[in-house]
Amino acid sequence: MVLCALSIFVIVLLIVTELVLRSDLIWAKFHFDFFYKAYFDPTTGLPNYWDPVNGQFSALPFVYGTVVSSLLSLLLAVPLALGVAVFLTEMCPIMLRGPLAFITELLAAIPSIVYGIWAVFVLVPLMREYVNPLLIRTLGWSGFFTDENPTGLGFVTAAVILAVMILPIISSLTREVMTAVPHSQREAVLALGATRWEMIRMGVLRNARIGIVGAVILGLGRALGETMAVTMVIGNAPEIHRSLLSNGYSMASVIANEFTEAVSDLHRSALMEIGLALFIVTIIVNALAQVLVWAVTRGAPARAN
Amino acid sequence: MKVGENNLRSKIRALTDHTVTSLAILATALVILPLVAIFGYLVYKGAGSLNLAFFTQIPKPVGETGGGMANAILGSAILLAMASAIGVPVGIGGGIFLAEFGRGSKLANAVRFTADVLNGVPSIVMGLAAYSLIVVPQNHFSALSGGVALGIMMIPTVCRTTEEMLLMVPHAVREAALALGVPNWRSVLSITLKTASPGIITGCMLAFARVAGETAPLIFTALGNSFWSMSPDRPIAALPLQIWVYAQSPYDDWHRLAWAGALVLIMLIVTAVSLVRYVTSRGVLKGAS
Repeated sequence: MVLCALSIFVIVLLIVTELVLRSDLIWAKFHFDFFYKAYFDPTTGLPNYWDPVNGQFSALPFVYGTVVSSLLSLLLAVPLALGVAVFLTEMCPIMLRGPLAFITELLAAIPSIVYGIWAVFVLVPLMREYVNPLLIRTLGWSGFFTDENPTGLGFVTAAVILAVMILPIISSLTREVMTAVPHSQREAVLALGATRWEMIRMGVLRNARIGIVGAVILGLGRALGETMAVTMVIGNAPEIHRSLLSNGYSMASVIANEFTEAVSDLHRSALMEIGLALFIVTIIVNALAQVLVWAVTRGAPARAN
Repeated sequence: MKVGENNLRSKIRALTDHTVTSLAILATALVILPLVAIFGYLVYKGAGSLNLAFFTQIPKPVGETGGGMANAILGSAILLAMASAIGVPVGIGGGIFLAEFGRGSKLANAVRFTADVLNGVPSIVMGLAAYSLIVVPQNHFSALSGGVALGIMMIPTVCRTTEEMLLMVPHAVREAALALGVPNWRSVLSITLKTASPGIITGCMLAFARVAGETAPLIFTALGNSFWSMSPDRPIAALPLQIWVYAQSPYDDWHRLAWAGALVLIMLIVTAVSLVRYVTSRGVLKGAS
């Protein structure tokens, strides 16, 4: 039994060792430059980050793409998730609570490839025809929404589908954290004459806010590592543009797209190093989230979902 | 304070309360919307292609209509069988350790924390590890490496759900066994495990359903195969992989097959999740999960 439990550590160690070993080629050549150096094509002066043919590797566009799409998706998902959690815990009639909770759980169980195929065939045309032009018209003055990319792919579409995917995680964890707040807190605020929203704000959210931050960070962790749905809608262009509607690339997407076709050892090593970076970042983010959630639900075993 | 001011304040507070309530309802509606949209569209697009040919034929060459994903369904079944053979015993063993023998110890806390963190690691990293460990030494892609990648993904999930289910068994049951002189290991095996077995099985089903839909670890371990293949030494087709390849292709016929495959996948997962909900709503496990 102890051996079985120790296998968890063995798995982590194996993953780390293999990734570190296989990325030594690219590490020896580039060291930390791999993650932030910007290379420029000598003839045209345009940036040229990822050039497997000439052995030029810089992970900057992928880091940028992952960060931008994840943060944007958090921006979209967190208000909605909090709204759902507040509704389900405090405002929902008891009869509806079960079915609605089941439906949100179902959202979490849908595999990402199904999200991806739906996004490619339904969401992308929707964005292309209606949402992107609207964004350009209303928010184009900020410089973040230009019409250079009429395909409907890009960071915003990826952020939308990511938001749909991380929403159930954030909302279910927030619900758990909110139910862990003792009823005495709610009753105390109500006894002082608060309206329902004031009771929620002062009695529940204030006590649960550490856990809610943990839930949001857990959602971020999932968004950082999401591969399939993002690969299909982010546009797969290793470039950095200011416009949020432009095509981009994320760390997990480049591994999924290029690994089977990588010819040189250096290319494979570069992809392994991106995988290692992804592993380390998600471990840190998830560990932080677990600690925060544990601080609020202290002692009660966390649900595996 | 003047009476009028008080009146205004309470009106503003009441208005805020109502605004927030409607925003919360709006948020819930916005969340239900994509789910309904996805399911509806899947059924609309995929149901028409779910005929006998889909379940019995392998894909036809591009340009010919018809064909199916039978090899992908078989391949997924084989991969999941291999993954369960690795993931379920090790996971249940780990869960038993966490709940029964190591409860409260530092090691158990560390294992629990690491298992939770490992649950959140992107699946493509697991695929990279399996590639490195099995594909490279063997020098070819294989179903075995895909099975191992999926198996190590199952271990933390099964471990944690087993632990939770075992912790739900009332202490009275354990104490009764110990009072009769049954050794601890025997009581765990015959009594606690048996009591919690519906929950443990549903935990395994949840992990199974999660892993059934995983594509990323299979891209460079199992690789995919357009023909029938059952050997663990050769690349093998898998349903999510096939859906990915077909969805990204420019052929309408392949798109049709991809939708049908996605429908099959989601029906499998909805069945698993509903079963889990049903089983954990009865008896000793009421309120779990």
